[in-house]
Amino acid sequence: MIRLSVPFRQALSRLTLPVMLMFSLGLVLIGRADQNFSGHMRAGLDDLLAPAYLLVSTPIEAAEHGTGMVGHLFDMQAENDQLREENASLLQWQAVAMALQAQNDALKATLHYVPSPAPRFYTGDVVADLGGVYARSVLVVLPVTTRDPDSMVGAVAMDGRGIAGRVVEAGARSARVLLITDLNSRIPVALGADGSPALMAGNNGTTPSLLYWAPGQPPAEGAMVLTSSVGGAFPPGLPVGVVHYDSPNDPVVLPLADLDSLRLLRLFSYPTNLPVLTPIPHSAPRLGHSRKR
Amino acid sequence: MSRGPTMRRRPGFWRRVDAASRYSFPAGFMLLGLFVIGMPFGFPGQAELRPVYAMACVFFWTLYRPASLPAPVVALTGLLLDLLGLSPIGLWAVLLLLLQAATDAARRRLIAQSFMRTWMIFVGLAAGLAALAWLSQSLLDLQLLPLSPVGVELLAAFGLYPALAGFFIRAHRGPAAVELA
Repeated sequence: MIRLSVPFRQALSRLTLPVMLMFSLGLVLIGRADQNFSGHMRAGLDDLLAPAYLLVSTPIEAAEHGTGMVGHLFDMQAENDQLREENASLLQWQAVAMALQAQNDALKATLHYVPSPAPRFYTGDVVADLGGVYARSVLVVLPVTTRDPDSMVGAVAMDGRGIAGRVVEAGARSARVLLITDLNSRIPVALGADGSPALMAGNNGTTPSLLYWAPGQPPAEGAMVLTSSVGGAFPPGLPVGVVHYDSPNDPVVLPLADLDSLRLLRLFSYPTNLPVLTPIPHSAPRLGHSRKR
Repeated sequence: MSRGPTMRRRPGFWRRVDAASRYSFPAGFMLLGLFVIGMPFGFPGQAELRPVYAMACVFFWTLYRPASLPAPVVALTGLLLDLLGLSPIGLWAVLLLLLQAATDAARRRLIAQSFMRTWMIFVGLAAGLAALAWLSQSLLDLQLLPLSPVGVELLAAFGLYPALAGFFIRAHRGPAAVELA
C-alpha cells in the first residue's frame, strides 16, 4: 500500500462524493443513450431477485386469504354454498358456450375461414409488484422450459379473465410485464359489437382511458372492449374490459383482469403477423443476440 | 477507558469481524429494507415508500455516522433504487448523492438541532428531492407525469422518519456503534 500523507488522504476522501456524482450523471446519460443497457441490468437483477421473491411471496399469499388456513375454516360452509351456486351457473354457461362453439365452427367452415397461427404460451407466477412510482409493472417467474428469453419480449400477458399487459423485458428466469394501466401502455382496441377502433392509453390509475375513437360515434356505456390488430401490434379479439363513463366525454375501460391481485399470468408469444417484406431465411441459426442496433 | 499511551497490538480476528459488522450495519439495513419493501404486500403507496425509505436512511446515517455510509455505497443504493423502481437508471443515484452532499455540508448545524427540527428538515429535503425526481423523469420521458405520487412521498416522509429514526437511534448506540467494538 502506498503511504499517503494524512492531508492528502483527507483531500482524496472529500473527492469521492463529487467523483461518484460525476459517475452517476454519466450513468444517466448512458442509460438514455443505450436503452438495452438499463434493460439488461434490470433483467439481470430481476433474475437474481425472482427466486427470493418467490420464496417470500408464498406465505404472504397464504396470509392474505383471510389469515391463512385457520380463517378459511370459519367460513368454509358459506364458501361451499357460494361455490355450489357458482358451479351450477358456470355449467349452464358451459353448455351455452359449447353450442356457440358449434355454431361458430359451422359458420367458419361456410366462410372458408383460415385460422391465425396458434400462439405458444407459458404460465408463470407473479412474484413481485415491482411497480415504480410512475410505472405499473409486475415480475413474472418464467418456467424453466423457456430456452430463448428474447422470444418472450412482446408476449401478451393475460390472467384468467382478460389482458393484463405485455412483456417488456425478459431474462433467463423472470419477465417484466408492463400492465395496461401504465403510462406508456398504448393498446389499439375495438369497441362493441361492430368493432369501431379506439386507443386505450394507461394513466397510472386503475382504469385506462379511451382516446381517438371515431368522431360522431362515442363509445357506448357497457360496450365490450377487445384488442384490435390495427398496426399489427396486438393479436385481435382478446378481451380487455368494459367501457364506463366516469364523467361525460371521459370514457375509461374497466379492465376484466384483476390487476390489483395478479397471482398467475399466462404469457402468449404470438408469431408476428406483419407482412414479410424481404425474404428472411427461417432456417438461419440465431447467433447470440440478434438485436443489433 | 483512559489508559494513556500504550502499545496496542493489532486487534484479533473476531474483534475485526465485529468492527466490520458494525460498520456495515447501516448500509446493510438500508439494502435489506429496499428488498423488503419490494415484496408484494399490496398496500397502496408501497412504490412511493421505497425512495423515501432510502432518503431517510441516507439522511440519518450521513448525519450521525458518515463513515458508515461512504459515497460509493450511496451511489450503489441509488442504482438499486432505479433498477427496482423503474426510473431512468442513475437518476436516484444522483439525487441520493446530492442529499448526502447537502446533509454533509450542513452537518455541524444539523447535529445540534432537536428531533422535531431534524424531522421537519428531512421532510423539506424529501419533498425537494421528490419534486426534483418528478421533474427529471418528466423531462427524460418527455411526458408530464402525474403529481400525486409526490404528495404521497411527502406524506410517507412525514410518517416514516420518526419510526425509522427511533429504530436507528437505538442502532446508533448499539449495533452500529463502531467505537464499542
